[in-house]
Amino acid sequence: MSAVLDDHGHDHGHDDHHHGYSGIMRWITTTNHKDIGTLYLWFSFTMFMVGGVMALVIRAELFTPGLQIVNPDFFNQMTTMHGLIMVFGAIMPAFVGFANWLIPMQIGAPDMAFARMNNWSFWLLPFAGALLIISFFMPGGAPGVGWTMYAPLTVQMGIGMDFTIFAIHILGMSSIMGSINIVTTVLNMRAPGMTLMKMPLFCWTWLITAYLLIASMPVLAGAVTMTLTDRHFGTSFFNAAGGGDPVLYQHIFWFFGHPEVYIIILPAFGVISQIIPAFSRKPLFGYASMVYATASIAILSFIVWAHHMYTVGMPVTGQLFFMYATTLIAVPTAAKMFNWLATMWRGSLTFETPMLFALGFLFLFAIGGFSGLVLALAAVDIQLQDTYYVVAHFHYVMVAGALFTAFAGIYFWLPKWTGRMYNETLGKVHFWLSMIFFNMIFFVQHFLGLAGMPRRIPDYPLQFETWNKISSIGAFGFGLSQLLFLYIVVKAITSGEKAADKQWEGADSLEWTHLPSPAPYHSFETPPVVK
Amino acid sequence: MSMQQVSARKMGRWALAAGLLALAAAGSAHALEWNLQPAATKIAEDIHSLHEYVMALIVVIFFGVFGVMFYSIFAHRKSNGHKAANFHENTTVEIVWTVIPLLILIGIAWPVTKTVIAQKDTSNSDMTIKVTGYQWKWGYDYIKGEGEGISFVSQLATPRDQIEGRAAKGEHYLLEVDNEVVVPVGKKVRILTTAADVIHSWGLNAFGVKQDAIPGFVRDTHFTATKIGTYRGQCVELCGKEHGFMPIVVRVVSAEDYTKWVDGEKKKMAALADDPTKTYTLDELKARGEKTYTANCVACHQATGKGMPPAFPPLDGSKIALGPKDAHILQVLNGKAGTAMAAFGKQLNDTEIAAVVTYERNSWGNKTGEAIQPAEVKALRK
Repeated sequence: MSAVLDDHGHDHGHDDHHHGYSGIMRWITTTNHKDIGTLYLWFSFTMFMVGGVMALVIRAELFTPGLQIVNPDFFNQMTTMHGLIMVFGAIMPAFVGFANWLIPMQIGAPDMAFARMNNWSFWLLPFAGALLIISFFMPGGAPGVGWTMYAPLTVQMGIGMDFTIFAIHILGMSSIMGSINIVTTVLNMRAPGMTLMKMPLFCWTWLITAYLLIASMPVLAGAVTMTLTDRHFGTSFFNAAGGGDPVLYQHIFWFFGHPEVYIIILPAFGVISQIIPAFSRKPLFGYASMVYATASIAILSFIVWAHHMYTVGMPVTGQLFFMYATTLIAVPTAAKMFNWLATMWRGSLTFETPMLFALGFLFLFAIGGFSGLVLALAAVDIQLQDTYYVVAHFHYVMVAGALFTAFAGIYFWLPKWTGRMYNETLGKVHFWLSMIFFNMIFFVQHFLGLAGMPRRIPDYPLQFETWNKISSIGAFGFGLSQLLFLYIVVKAITSGEKAADKQWEGADSLEWTHLPSPAPYHSFETPPVVK
Repeated sequence: MSMQQVSARKMGRWALAAGLLALAAAGSAHALEWNLQPAATKIAEDIHSLHEYVMALIVVIFFGVFGVMFYSIFAHRKSNGHKAANFHENTTVEIVWTVIPLLILIGIAWPVTKTVIAQKDTSNSDMTIKVTGYQWKWGYDYIKGEGEGISFVSQLATPRDQIEGRAAKGEHYLLEVDNEVVVPVGKKVRILTTAADVIHSWGLNAFGVKQDAIPGFVRDTHFTATKIGTYRGQCVELCGKEHGFMPIVVRVVSAEDYTKWVDGEKKKMAALADDPTKTYTLDELKARGEKTYTANCVACHQATGKGMPPAFPPLDGSKIALGPKDAHILQVLNGKAGTAMAAFGKQLNDTEIAAVVTYERNSWGNKTGEAIQPAEVKALRK
């Protein structure tokens, strides 16, 4: 450990001194990785609220059989926009926000490699988000095609569909630029002595995720561009009457869509791999095998896409190949679970809010993983494809997997980012409310799916009523609990207790050991030396 | 407070208390709401047992792994004074916990493979039914085997009043159709699926069957029903506004009953066949047209003719309904590309199209006074 906390005093004078603009222009023109990280996180939270309200509209309509609140057309718009906004507006930007804040600090770099491009990758997002929302006010409203945007239903939609397509193009550009930045930063800007295999696992998972993004986002851009030309320029990529094939769209979409799942979950694995050792006061078990497992999952993610398509009528060899490849992903994923358990084993455990969310993640992500295994089995999936079982499965992965991890990460790093602590009791209340209501919403959906309730329907037969009622009540509870989260964070920022430089006893990455809390505006202008 | 609300509350409390047990129960309980519907084919039975087998393994692994975690949570806490050990790798252990899941997966994959192969084997069928998905109804054509030539359209029979809450909901709410598919028990039925507009998906949980219906392509699946009864399902691929309202009902009957049904259908079809050369009066056409309109057009254009603009335009006062009649007929025959307006040319015969066009041109505020004859429609068909 070299130029450590002794920089401290001199850094503090410098600390709040931002070169250039102040006020709103500071945020618009900023090239500072910490500012940009903050922007990403607040943008993500805003979109989380917008997408959440849409989810509540869906659950309110499904509270009881019959059409009560919205018409079927608007219901479809809700399911579509809830999905797109949560995936591209809430979850992905949240983890890019973490990457911006943490990667430079964890590898001992002064900032991201391409600081101006970093500014642009963020500032594209509000425009993309606005396009998505404006589509509601277009003739015909937002597209009602589901977030997967399957052809040829997309051809029937109004101009809102084109807004959505352009929004996706912009979101894709933003992601690709963000990824190039991350790859370059991690590969070129590590402090002396910070070899790749010494990096905190969070940096590793993001390095791998960035490659996944660079490889898969252009594929999505291709798919939606083909949709656009089919809609307006007379092409027939997905139109059988013109020699195309609607199923081609699905192959292209899921060739993006499956890596996308790992784009979302791998950084979450990284966050968990920082938090569990910190609260176990013990180094991460099997660091090298964690890196290899992450890489294997990433590679496998490119050869499993058609497990989303078992009912399109693939040949038997296709069904079997994609089934075997998919189940294989369980092996590295299980290895990761075991590594986390072994990290806890014989540790010295404490259960602050970040750890609670991390344990909640382990528990619920395992359920999501197991339901994924059931869905991977082509024979069984025939019963479950496009039912609520699938809805339950991916919410266990997306909400309990990615969102819970984002909460864990925010509670964990908030003291470092703001220099202030959140209220631990309220944090725990937030965890337990989220945990209970989450299961209330989604656990029962497994039963609905098994019994055959299709997804994306605004009204349902009577035998599905009980579980839907429970699910809807849970949804409102979960939604309200997130207001508590907002309160906790705002309270911490404005009037939280002062946090220690190394707030968590077991945390050992550079941002905790080498930097004060709050981390100064410019950190590691001279690189630390890592031994 | 209704009974259902009371039971929902009870269930809610119960579900909270026993979330985990519920996971275990999902594999074995047989109540309709908990599990797959009771199997009515061999393949559905196989899927049941595969699901139970996999769930049993999952529950054991889940409890094993999280048993270890909870032990650690209780035994290795700092508040108990537990001091952290410092180990961080062990190659043997890591290899063992990579190999064991692999072996378990092979143990799962083997029986599943056999069922996948059985699901895909559509050879040697006794009869073939072509299923066509339309926005938003199903067309059925019996194209091979006993009943060859039977053809009908099947759509939701639940009244709009029940859906919109003006009438009490019936027992088979949203799962009832005007024309049920009838098949004989114990015969291998090959189902060909296709669609006229967007992708739909035809399936029945009780049969363990689900096959997307893809416009421009024909895909197949099959079932051999082992039990007499009526089986209900729904379209499972998002296909637009009324996706939630296109149920699938299959009635499995004995061989004798099936023969009787076939005879009845054939007679009905002969009686219903319209003579496209006949000339009708305006009132006859309007009366017939109203029925056709209610069955095919009302979901989008509405009974009032006001539509749901802008996606579903009004007919009352519309340029097409008041303009040249040929353009109007052609729009109904061929649909309008890039919108939800379907081509009805293949679903409706000349008389029905003539009637519905007449109805649209002479209802609400539209008063053209024109009676379109079937022969005019026939002339415009390509």
